Amino acid sequence: MRDTQELATQPSATSQRTDRSAEYPLIPPADVLEDTDGITLYIDMPGVSKDGLKVEADKNTLVIEGELQFSLPSGMEAVYAELQSTRYRRSFTLSGELDAERTIANLKNGVLSVNIPLRAEVRPRKIEVHAT
Amino acid sequence: MFGNATAFEALFDELRRMEVGFDQMFGRRGAPAGIRSVARGTFPPANIGVTENEVHVYLFAPGLDAKGFDISAQRNVLTVSGSRVLPINEKATYFRQERFDGEFRRVITLPEDVDPERIEAKYRDGVLQISVGRRESAKPRQIQVK
Repeated sequence: MRDTQELATQPSATSQRTDRSAEYPLIPPADVLEDTDGITLYIDMPGVSKDGLKVEADKNTLVIEGELQFSLPSGMEAVYAELQSTRYRRSFTLSGELDAERTIANLKNGVLSVNIPLRAEVRPRKIEVHAT
Repeated sequence: MFGNATAFEALFDELRRMEVGFDQMFGRRGAPAGIRSVARGTFPPANIGVTENEVHVYLFAPGLDAKGFDISAQRNVLTVSGSRVLPINEKATYFRQERFDGEFRRVITLPEDVDPERIEAKYRDGVLQISVGRRESAKPRQIQVK
């Protein structure tokens, strides 16, 4: 009886194949830069629309996930693939001076831009020197 | 959403290659490479699928606009070129610059039976989709036995 139950929970061959995408997501190329306002990331995620995108930022981590979605002609047979997954995933650790709660994300033509501002109290302040 | 999820997955499956001269990136070591094949990681990456009537080429080239591509075809050789110039923020410190910057050109050998007169292209979410018609003669024909 126990054996049967275990067998029933075994993933089928089909779902294992589909899971490969989840196991080996694409690592999208990123540019990361910092200026006086905070950190900005640009990430190439072609094929991802707003619906397929997930950006999560908490105090410690920024996680970006995207699902490739576009319609294929019916009856199409794949013959060649350089992009070998339908999922993107990339994560970064954040540091305490960043205000993750005010993260802004924007997706345009397959490029995701994410801005994480510095906390107001840690922004570099220009010190004015007064002549006496 | 896609009607056929399996076909969609298959488009991104590894170890699929055309029999007509694509490179052997993931193939046997020492096997000859296609004459127009390119190194892994070349921008933009391409996936290719075929239907009975068309060959569909997907080029993953984000951050451009539809007018930014120059597409031409001579017989069965498809050439796509363009440039992606990334703006530089002079006041910023860059920690990573992994994204492609500059001019690109990809030359793709399609099956012999394509018709270079029938090409359509559209650009959406950073993916350039090019469909090329195939000649009538290439389609499987039902032969009647008398």
